[in-house]
Amino acid sequence: MVKLPPFQRLLDAHGGDLHRFCVAQVGPHHGPDCFQESLLAALRAYPSVQDDRNLRGWLFTIAHRKVLDHHRATARRPVPVLDLPERGVEPASSDGDLWAHVGRLPDKQRGAIALRYLGDLPYADIGAALGCSEAAARQNVRAGLAALRQEVTSR
Amino acid sequence: MTTEPLERALRATTTDPSPDLAAALARAEAEGLVDVAYATTDSPVGPLLVATTAAGLVRLAFARDGADAVLDELSSRIAPRVLEDPARLDGVRRELDEYFEGRRDHFDLALDWRLSAGFRRTVLERLHGEVPYGQTVSYLQLATLAGNPKASRAVGTAMATNPIAIVVPCHRVLRTGGQLGGYGGGLPAKVRLLELENGDQALF
Repeated sequence: MVKLPPFQRLLDAHGGDLHRFCVAQVGPHHGPDCFQESLLAALRAYPSVQDDRNLRGWLFTIAHRKVLDHHRATARRPVPVLDLPERGVEPASSDGDLWAHVGRLPDKQRGAIALRYLGDLPYADIGAALGCSEAAARQNVRAGLAALRQEVTSR
Repeated sequence: MTTEPLERALRATTTDPSPDLAAALARAEAEGLVDVAYATTDSPVGPLLVATTAAGLVRLAFARDGADAVLDELSSRIAPRVLEDPARLDGVRRELDEYFEGRRDHFDLALDWRLSAGFRRTVLERLHGEVPYGQTVSYLQLATLAGNPKASRAVGTAMATNPIAIVVPCHRVLRTGGQLGGYGGGLPAKVRLLELENGDQALF
């Protein structure tokens, strides 16, 4: 039997980072909702968690899925605007031109960058969250950084 | 490899790291996802941790019990969805405040007894039901009340492991002859509670 810590302790330790992770990827307007959905999904699943060794990774995996849900829903929604960004993402935040660029990366690269720099997860956990190998997680971070570097220098 | 400016910038997003948890908590409560709600409250005998389940008050602990240890115990013995939600404990905290102000001589609170079992639970239930405000009993008398006069020692254990202090009034249990005996919250707390119930407000 695993001895799970009281959920409040997870929230105290990781809640702030999880919130930043959501806001950076889906923007300040939808970010809090995305965070709330992640938290509720985590609470629903918590009693049946079997492995207490990496609860931070577990939380970020849930949040990553909620971010994907959001991006998919946004992509499906018809947007009656001519000047479309490549993806339906609002500018992330005031410092977030950079994160707006991240938001336009392909799902795996965006997820990999966010899990790496906001989640501070090891590559094995990033791979687990993305559903790919550790090597592929590394590759996605590297490719994402390369794409961002180009965006930033071409401005 | 050193951190490059791009990586620094990615980490440095200025989003307020403190999310608004109230809305999430309200939804969690509405969905029944909070198995144990807790809060801390201050009192003349120091800060108290109070915790409730859907059934009622399940734990009232003193600072010296250690909040982390108490929360770990609630998580492993009841359920891990333990969340700080003071609103769920407003009623408990109000009754405790009234008690410490000398305006309340019994608690109208539903209790969840699940952290006690067997003879210990019988002892605690008898104590709660039959030893009113301002009175005291000896370990021996309480053992007799619980149906086993030879079990004074077990009564001592039941008192030492009382999960719902104050409300289940183990401070009213003394040694034969009136010596204080022990107390989970510390003897000064026991003395204060007994003085309070004797109408001696001078020390408060």
